[in-house]
Amino acid sequence: MTSEQHVLQRIEAARQRKPRIREERITLSHGAGGKATHVLVEALFLDAFRNPLLEPLEDQAVLCVGGQRLAFTTDSYVVSPLFFPGGDIGDLAVNGTVNDLAMSGARPLYLSCAFILEEGFPVADLERIAASMAAAARAAGVSIVTGDTKVVQKGKADGCYVNTAGVGVLERPVELGAQRCRPGDAVIVSGPIGDHGITIMLARGELDIESDVTSDTAPLHELVGGLLDAVPDGIRALRDATRGGVATILNEMARASNVAVVVDESTVPVRPEVNGACEILGIDPLYVACEGRFVAVVDGAAAETAVAALRTVPGGEGACVIGHVKDDPPGLVLLKTGFGGTRIVDMLVGDPLPRIC
Amino acid sequence: MRFVDEFRDAETARALAARIASLCEPGRHYKFMEVCGGHTHTIYKHGLEDYLPEAVALVHGPGCPVCVIPMGRLDDAIAIAERPDVIMTTFGDMMRVPGGRGSFFDSKANGADIRMVYSPLDSLKIARQNPDRQVVFMAIGFETTAPSTAMTVLRAKAEGIENFSIFCNHVTIIPAIKAILDSPDLRLDGFLGPGHVSTVIGCRPYEFIPALHGKPLVCAGFEPLDILASVAMLLEQLAQGRAEVENQYTRVVPWNGNPKALQVINEVMELRPYFEWRGLGFISHSALKVRDSYAAYDAEARFPVPGVRVADPKACQCGEVLKGVIKPWECKVFGTACTPETPIGTCMVSSEGACAAYYNFGRFTRERVRVAIGP
Repeated sequence: MTSEQHVLQRIEAARQRKPRIREERITLSHGAGGKATHVLVEALFLDAFRNPLLEPLEDQAVLCVGGQRLAFTTDSYVVSPLFFPGGDIGDLAVNGTVNDLAMSGARPLYLSCAFILEEGFPVADLERIAASMAAAARAAGVSIVTGDTKVVQKGKADGCYVNTAGVGVLERPVELGAQRCRPGDAVIVSGPIGDHGITIMLARGELDIESDVTSDTAPLHELVGGLLDAVPDGIRALRDATRGGVATILNEMARASNVAVVVDESTVPVRPEVNGACEILGIDPLYVACEGRFVAVVDGAAAETAVAALRTVPGGEGACVIGHVKDDPPGLVLLKTGFGGTRIVDMLVGDPLPRIC
Repeated sequence: MRFVDEFRDAETARALAARIASLCEPGRHYKFMEVCGGHTHTIYKHGLEDYLPEAVALVHGPGCPVCVIPMGRLDDAIAIAERPDVIMTTFGDMMRVPGGRGSFFDSKANGADIRMVYSPLDSLKIARQNPDRQVVFMAIGFETTAPSTAMTVLRAKAEGIENFSIFCNHVTIIPAIKAILDSPDLRLDGFLGPGHVSTVIGCRPYEFIPALHGKPLVCAGFEPLDILASVAMLLEQLAQGRAEVENQYTRVVPWNGNPKALQVINEVMELRPYFEWRGLGFISHSALKVRDSYAAYDAEARFPVPGVRVADPKACQCGEVLKGVIKPWECKVFGTACTPETPIGTCMVSSEGACAAYYNFGRFTRERVRVAIGP
């Protein structure tokens, strides 16, 4: 074995070690959805709350109550700005939680919503947010059935934060999970990636870049339903590609299943305007958040059927295969670059895009 | 994407790779240094080494602006940032760079007002919006970014903005290349010249490299095809027994540079007698300071700074990495104690740093890739 291989082995061993928080205080990286978030969740929260339902660290827990399987999830929304092209914090808060439920294969049913408002926040803005939440809930077929309101002093929050929790019911006998990927599986995305993250970044107006790109925020449960109808047995894992983007999800899956994921960059769908903005900003679209796209790992033999089924459902027209699962090197995501070279795609480090959702 | 895809075409790359292979003398090994961190980033991001024969090795050079900032300077910047009247503004790359007492990120979490900007002009805008605060721009970079810093100072003066100053850490590329050429432990066959620096200084300042050291230099662009073409140009020179300065990046780099930009730098800044470089130590006449006539915009004149020199951590071998003496993975702490999340050395911080590029993009061996992806 060469000395370089020795070093690489040592690094992999170091990465397998139990994560530990080294910082004394929380930094923005801890909320970015990348490595620091993972360390925080695993080293602090998982340690404190450990139980078998939490341990898979999926976007939702699947519970069994009275013989019925339920999906349960929660998410907080702190996006800035509150209103952006293609959506606002209201529909984001509904769709985000609906999607976290849908990724388990559940039909979303009921949501809660809690507002943390800053003293001085315009009532007209709150009305607009509530109306957009109501519309998004109607569109997704869910009801907002309970809630809470808190107001904090001026300067102690930034306008309006929203938390939603959701419950859905699993009507199919599906078992999905990031640890279920196997060599030979195919990786599918449900449409062009990065629209939401770039929209928010440009909507902040700090960059003097103009573009027509709009957020992709949308409920995904019908798309998931279409996929599960077409391929009832061949779906291994579903995740919506929010913070940390597609790259982070693939890393989570590669690690949970101890497999390699090989992505072909030339097949990854990215709108030209998103690609252009990423190029200018020096960001890789694979790390940019979406709010209406998911990654599915499916049995390689069913990939074609799965893509065809997704394309018939509204919102899934751009679905395509972007890569495959292999056995080696385990735990890593490799990218065949459009240029024809190869490189690793690691988890996001740092925080290029804070407060994206 | 127009103006980008043309320079990333795999078919052209294959043709260039064949040409590179044919230019290599059998049995001979070639070591070229890409001076600029932007090149290092491109090489790893696009997996460019897959196109190079085993006989051609690329060595990563010192041209990563974040990587060469010594710890003491960062401590000085943090001391300024932690003053209650100050808003510190910086490029995002600097946020995680570790100083002797933590990074900007840590300092921000402790309450300092530190904001990320994309241009020094954004920093001036913040100064305009906060007339009762002192706004400081953490100025870093080679000749590439120095003109925009200098322009911002001139703009501040013209607009009469008095609450704006720069903490100047601009460095110059030629003394760093000289330090590398004088380093006894490195044998190079040629250089890929820093394209963006050269848009400002032109190609002439490199002429001492072939003249005194007998080595070729090709000013290279930043797209992957630019780099392959530049490697081919270097090999061509060697095959023909030539050593010259050549310009591959003609679409951007004028042979004589940008006199206007140089004039702006010269108006606002002057050479320091010496400056400390991370890992390379003190190099004379290698950095810029604000001229006395613009002292009102010099954060070093406006605020007291500790100015304490902090030795690099013992385990960290950034110096050897920056000089190209060792490869990133040969450093004792690479990837274990020093990772992009918890960097010890600067090379692990910036996306242009050789260690970060290798860790993030290249952490596998060619053999395993061939098995995973196929030929």
